[in-house]
Amino acid sequence: MNTTATVPVTTTAETAFKRPNYLNAAYGVRSWLLTRDHKRIAILYLISVTAFFALGSLFALLIRLELLTPEGDLFQPDTYNRLFTMHGVVMVFFFLIPAIPAVLGNFLVPLMIGAKDLALPKLNLASWYVYNIGGIFTLWAIVHGGVDTGWTFYTPFSTHYSNTYVISTALGIFITGFSSIFTALNFIVTIHRMRAPGLTWFRLPLFIWSTYATSLIIVLGTPVIAITILLVAAERVFHLGIFDPTLGGDPVLFQHLFWFYSHPAVYIMILPAMGVESELIAAFARKKVVGYKVVAFASVAIAVLGFLVWGHHMFVAGESIYAATIFSVLSMLVAIPSAVKVFNWTATLYRGSISYQTPMLYALGFIGLFTLGGLTGVMVATLGFDVHVHDTYFIVAHFHYIMVGGTIMGYLGGLHYWWPKISGKLYPVFLSKIAALLVFVGFNLTFFPQFILGYLGMPRRYWSYPPEFQVLNVLSTAGASILGLGYILPLCYFIWSMRYGQDSGDNPWGAVGLEWDTTSPPPTENFYTMPVVTHGPYEYNREEVHNRMSQEGTIG
Amino acid sequence: MASEPLAPHGPSHGHAAHHPELAHQFDSMDQQKESSTLAMWVFLVTEIMFFGVLFLAYTLYRTQYPEAFLLASNSLNVLMGGINTAVLIGSSLTMVLAIWAAQVNWRKGIVIFLLATMALGTTFLVIKGFEYRDKFVEHHVPGPTFHFEVEHPSPHLQAIAARDPQLEKHASIYFSLYFIMTGIHALHMIIGLGILAVLAVLSWKGKYDSEYHNPLEMTGLYWHFVDIIWIFLFPLLYLLGAHAR
Repeated sequence: MNTTATVPVTTTAETAFKRPNYLNAAYGVRSWLLTRDHKRIAILYLISVTAFFALGSLFALLIRLELLTPEGDLFQPDTYNRLFTMHGVVMVFFFLIPAIPAVLGNFLVPLMIGAKDLALPKLNLASWYVYNIGGIFTLWAIVHGGVDTGWTFYTPFSTHYSNTYVISTALGIFITGFSSIFTALNFIVTIHRMRAPGLTWFRLPLFIWSTYATSLIIVLGTPVIAITILLVAAERVFHLGIFDPTLGGDPVLFQHLFWFYSHPAVYIMILPAMGVESELIAAFARKKVVGYKVVAFASVAIAVLGFLVWGHHMFVAGESIYAATIFSVLSMLVAIPSAVKVFNWTATLYRGSISYQTPMLYALGFIGLFTLGGLTGVMVATLGFDVHVHDTYFIVAHFHYIMVGGTIMGYLGGLHYWWPKISGKLYPVFLSKIAALLVFVGFNLTFFPQFILGYLGMPRRYWSYPPEFQVLNVLSTAGASILGLGYILPLCYFIWSMRYGQDSGDNPWGAVGLEWDTTSPPPTENFYTMPVVTHGPYEYNREEVHNRMSQEGTIG
Repeated sequence: MASEPLAPHGPSHGHAAHHPELAHQFDSMDQQKESSTLAMWVFLVTEIMFFGVLFLAYTLYRTQYPEAFLLASNSLNVLMGGINTAVLIGSSLTMVLAIWAAQVNWRKGIVIFLLATMALGTTFLVIKGFEYRDKFVEHHVPGPTFHFEVEHPSPHLQAIAARDPQLEKHASIYFSLYFIMTGIHALHMIIGLGILAVLAVLSWKGKYDSEYHNPLEMTGLYWHFVDIIWIFLFPLLYLLGAHAR
């Protein structure tokens, strides 16, 4: 904040950065670490989240290396337990949950609703610090030897028997939970109170609807995991009896409380990706999203139903058969709003003017992978089938199709779509398409064999397996290597593009939406004149938009 | 608040003269107030979910072990708990009066009532501290040294105790819940006292008046919420066994 606000002189030939924007508004470490600009905070989150993603990927790599051969030869079984636990903890709590809301959401929510910033900018910055403090607690545990409870922390193993760093990890998750809550609370208030004049609820982009639904889940669910994980830590320290069967406590209560949050958490991960998906499909099919209101309400329906299905994780945990039946039926209901979205995206493509830009490749990949993940979700919601595949690789494959195939595809698609908005730069087109292809192929090669492995009976969380499973496991490990390459490429060319990339212009895709109605990168206060909204978010058929597309749609 | 660096020739604040407490991202004081009020209520919703887990656990185990809960409840000091309930309700009153003082521009009154609220809140914590000390002395703190038996056993109470052969273990669950619930409640009070102290200093400096006293109102909402949690805790924890005394 102490730097001068003069126009910087760029030494390269590109001069777009001479225009005032949030990136050149101030320089220096302080101007970033003390910023209250939602766009800068999004960048801070992007850095943190990428670091944790790299860490989680490293654990995944080690897991896949161990599973290359049937014998447990690379690691001790105890080490392997820690590897999959830390892979889960880091990926779920420090990447998948914050990724799209805290990075893309932070950047886009004010831009998409025509506001100068989020309603509570200081809280927004605080949330980033809280996230990192929680991350440090977890890293401390990892550096000192890690945790071996599985990311689910099931009692009484976690409270009484595990000799690893459960307390520190639990505190890390507890603290990081507050950063989610701060972000979600900020989004709810901002979407309610900060919309530009004329921006009614049904003129909001679908990304805003899904971010809103996500925020509701975070606000209602996260406090539950917070107190639950705190109780686990307290039980370890003070020998309370709440989850301890030897004192009359109920370990299954922990599972109920854990999944009351952690099942909706799956929707915290996937709903924002669905929001990104709607934006991408509309932008690259040049069409209004078919059934806008239905898609919007489907997000809310998923948020509501998501809270009523936690018991399907406990079909074999001593749940009453009546409860299990009801949870089974309710779980299948989630397929309805999810399918509505898939059908509407597909219908949007129909007779659209489709261009296969890099973000669109991710969007199309998302539809396929999410459909597979969702359909196998209906399979495992079926009581009888779930008992068969419970704790096998079928489950692992299913939720990776949702979390990796859904969330990460949405996240990467969104990053590729809004990167010109964020940085004002273009990334290499051909290379990025290759990367998208690598991610799609690598992902399927990694996880499709796991469906078969699980169906054949290979249990999850084991470091060795019978030799007849080796071929499929080798395929999976090979796929993981390709997938890893697909992740490294974007990291390289995004960083490269910041310095050497071509200037993107304000609207390289010729897309509509308030966020494209300002310069790229946007000025600190987002808009030069406060926008007034007179129409819905995807008016691609309007004449003025056609004109703008021909002028500005410079790519493809 | 307007310390955000503005880009050269960039957008400027559209409002030539606005209230010094209006943050840059808002267009009007009304919008700012509505936003902070909504934010506070959403935060209180998260608090309800947070405490809700504990109330759920309480309900579950009370249903499972009614005898242990009844007898363990009888070992609490109802008089101290009752006084604390009155103290806390009184502090909510003084909190409201502080906001009233702001609304009528009585700046000295804001400070007086905030200090009164802090005094009552501290009284609560001191009394709570004495209660905790008694529990330590009686070995009612869960853990290796935990010990529980029925005080002044009348035949009626002995009959109740006889219905639960694992009375001591189940009483330990009651006391686990007692310490967690009242402990987290007390932690909320301590945080509240910290916020009140800051507000008292700012009020002393004359920061709040009838036009702008958002932080007072928001802190008031929080303080009343913590009060209401206690209103639930008191009967659930202290008065369970009153009929069988």
